[in-house]
Amino acid sequence: MTDFAEPGALLGALLPEITLLLGTLILLLVGAWGGESSSPTRRSARFALGIVGVTAVAVVFAWLRGDGFTTDDRLTGDGFRWAIDLVLLLGTAGALAIFDTEQLRTRAYQAEIPVLMLLALSGMMIISASRDLMFTYIGLELMSIAVYVLAGANRSSARSAEASIKYFLLGAFASGFLLYGIALLYGAVGDTRLSALGAATPSAMYLVGVALLLVGFAFKVGAVPFHLWTPDVYDGAPSPITAFMAACVKASAFAMLLRVMAEGIGPAIVHWHPVVWWLAAITMVVGNVVALAQPNVKRMLAYSSIAHSGYLLVAVLAYSQEAAAAVVFYLLAYTLATIGAFAVLGIVSEGRETTVTIDDLSGLWHVRPGLAVALSVCLLAFFGFPIAGGAGFFAKWYVIQAALASHTPLTVLVVVLVLASVVSAGYYLTAISAMFNRPRPSQLPMPVQTPLLSGIVMVVAVVALLVLGVFPTPASRLAAAATLRAAPLATPVAGTMTVSAPTVAATEDAGSTP
Amino acid sequence: MLREYLPVLLLLGFAAVNAVVILGLGELVTRTHPTEIKQQPYESGMAPLGDARDRFSVKFYLVAMLFIVFDIETVFMIPWGVHYQQLSCAVPLVDGACPAGQLSFFGLGEMLVFALILLVGYIFVWKKGGLSWD
Repeated sequence: MTDFAEPGALLGALLPEITLLLGTLILLLVGAWGGESSSPTRRSARFALGIVGVTAVAVVFAWLRGDGFTTDDRLTGDGFRWAIDLVLLLGTAGALAIFDTEQLRTRAYQAEIPVLMLLALSGMMIISASRDLMFTYIGLELMSIAVYVLAGANRSSARSAEASIKYFLLGAFASGFLLYGIALLYGAVGDTRLSALGAATPSAMYLVGVALLLVGFAFKVGAVPFHLWTPDVYDGAPSPITAFMAACVKASAFAMLLRVMAEGIGPAIVHWHPVVWWLAAITMVVGNVVALAQPNVKRMLAYSSIAHSGYLLVAVLAYSQEAAAAVVFYLLAYTLATIGAFAVLGIVSEGRETTVTIDDLSGLWHVRPGLAVALSVCLLAFFGFPIAGGAGFFAKWYVIQAALASHTPLTVLVVVLVLASVVSAGYYLTAISAMFNRPRPSQLPMPVQTPLLSGIVMVVAVVALLVLGVFPTPASRLAAAATLRAAPLATPVAGTMTVSAPTVAATEDAGSTP
Repeated sequence: MLREYLPVLLLLGFAAVNAVVILGLGELVTRTHPTEIKQQPYESGMAPLGDARDRFSVKFYLVAMLFIVFDIETVFMIPWGVHYQQLSCAVPLVDGACPAGQLSFFGLGEMLVFALILLVGYIFVWKKGGLSWD
C-alpha cells in the first residue's frame, strides 16, 4: 500500500486535483473582486477554461508517468481514471464555452458559476480516482452540492429555482440511500475499500447494502424508474448547466458505477445481474418512447439522455474489459454530441424566455445552414447513425460487441437496444426534418451571429465526431489502453459462478476474460 | 472501579457550583430597572410573540449558514487534535510517543491546507459583504 503519510506520494497521486482546486480557489477570490456586471462573469469563465487546460496537462502528465498503486489502495492511478478525467475536462471546457455565450446573451449569471462548475469537476475527478466508497461518496457530494446550486444558477428564473430545489431534494434522498448502502457494506465487510468488498463472501447485510447502493447509482445515472427528476431539472436549468449535467455528471456517475461494480461488488453479481438487466431494458424503452412525445427540445434531450443511460448500462452489464473500453469510447462520443447540440441550442434560443421547441427549429437550414448541419450531426450521433452520425455509430457498435462477447451473452438486451434505437429515430429525425424540410416561419427571430467560443465548440465537436466516425481506431485504442492497464474487471469473482440472468444461464468467470 | 468515575463526579460538582456562583453573583450585584421591552424573552431582535408564520429577513439564514461552516471547522479540529501525535509521526507511535527522528509535518500540513481553504472562503464571504448585516 502506498503510504499517504508521505506528503510526496499524496501530492503525486492527486496532482491534477490539487492543480484544479488551487486554480478554483484563486478564481473564487478573483471573482470576489469584481462587481456583478457581465464582464467579471465572462472573465471568470475564460479563466476557468485556462484552469481546465492546465489540469488536462497535469492529467496527461500523470497518465504518462504511470501509477505506483496496487488494487488495495484507496486511490487509483490507472488509465481508466485518467481517460474519464480527460472526458470530464473536455465536457467541462465545452460547457464553460457555452456558458460564456449564454452570459453574453442574458447577463443573468454571477462570476461564481464557473467556480462552482470547477468545484463539481473536482468532485467528479475524485470519484474517478477513488477505490474506496468513502472517497467516492465525498467526491459525489462535492459534485452534487455544486450541481444543485448550478441548476438554480439563473436567479431571475422561477423554473431554474424549481429545478434546483427538485434536484436537491431528490438528490439528497438518493445520497441517503447510497450512504446507507455504504454503511451496510462496511458493517458486512469491515472495510470500505473496493478490494475488500471484492474479496468478501456476500452475506445478507452485504446484499442489502448492494441493493441500496444500486438505488443511489441508478438515481445518479438517471435510470428508469429513478429518472423522474431528469426532464424537469434538464429543462429548468440554464442550457450550459444542462449540457454540463448531461455530459459530465453522467460520465462521472458511470465511471463510479463501473468501477464499483467491477472492483467492489463482483461477489454479488448473481444477485445484481438480473436487476441491472431489467433496469437497462426498461430505461432504454421508456427513455426512447417518452422522448417521442416531447415537443420541447431540452426535454427531448433529457429523455434521450435517459435512453443513453440504458445503452451504457448494457455495457456495464457486459462486465468485461472490452465493455469498460466501450463505456469510455461511448462517453467520449456522447460528451462531444451533447456539447455540440447544446452549443447550437444556446444560439437558437436567442431572445426567447422559454426553451426551444421543435417548431422553433423549423427551416433553420434556410437561415443558418451551419447551425443546422452541426445540430444534425450531433443528433445523428445520439441516434448512432453511421458516417453522418460519426462516432455515435461506433459507440453503439462497441457496446453491442462487448455485450454479445460477454461471458453471459446479452442477446435479448442487445435486441432491445437495437429496437429502442430504431424508436429513437422517431424524434431525432423529426427534429432534423424540421430543420431541413420545413420553410422558415417569418415570425421566428433570426438566430444571432455565432460567438467565437461557441463556434469553436461546435466545430470541434462536429469535426471530432465525424473524424472518429471514420477513424475510430485512435480513440478506441486509447480507450482500450485505458482499461487494460486498469486491473479492474479481472477482480476475483470467486471462481466460477452461475448467473441466472434472464438471457442465458451461463457460467460466469470474470477473471478469465481475454 | 468506581474510582475511575471520580473525575466525572468532580466535573459535575464544579459545573453545579459554577452555575450557582455566577447566577448568584448576578442576583446580588446587578441593579435592575425593568422596562417592558427589557422583560421580553430574547429572540435575536425579532418580535417574540405573535404568529410564528411571519416573514423575517433571509439574513438570519445567511448568518446561520456561516455559523455552521465555522462550527464544522471546529468539530473537525477536535478529532485532528486528539490524533495529532500519530499524524505528525511517520511511523506508528511507541508507548504513546514518536520515536526520535520520525517526526513529520503531515498532520500540521493537513490542517494548514484545511484552514487555508476555509480562509479563502472567509475572505470571499467578507469581500461579498456576507458578514455585514446591512
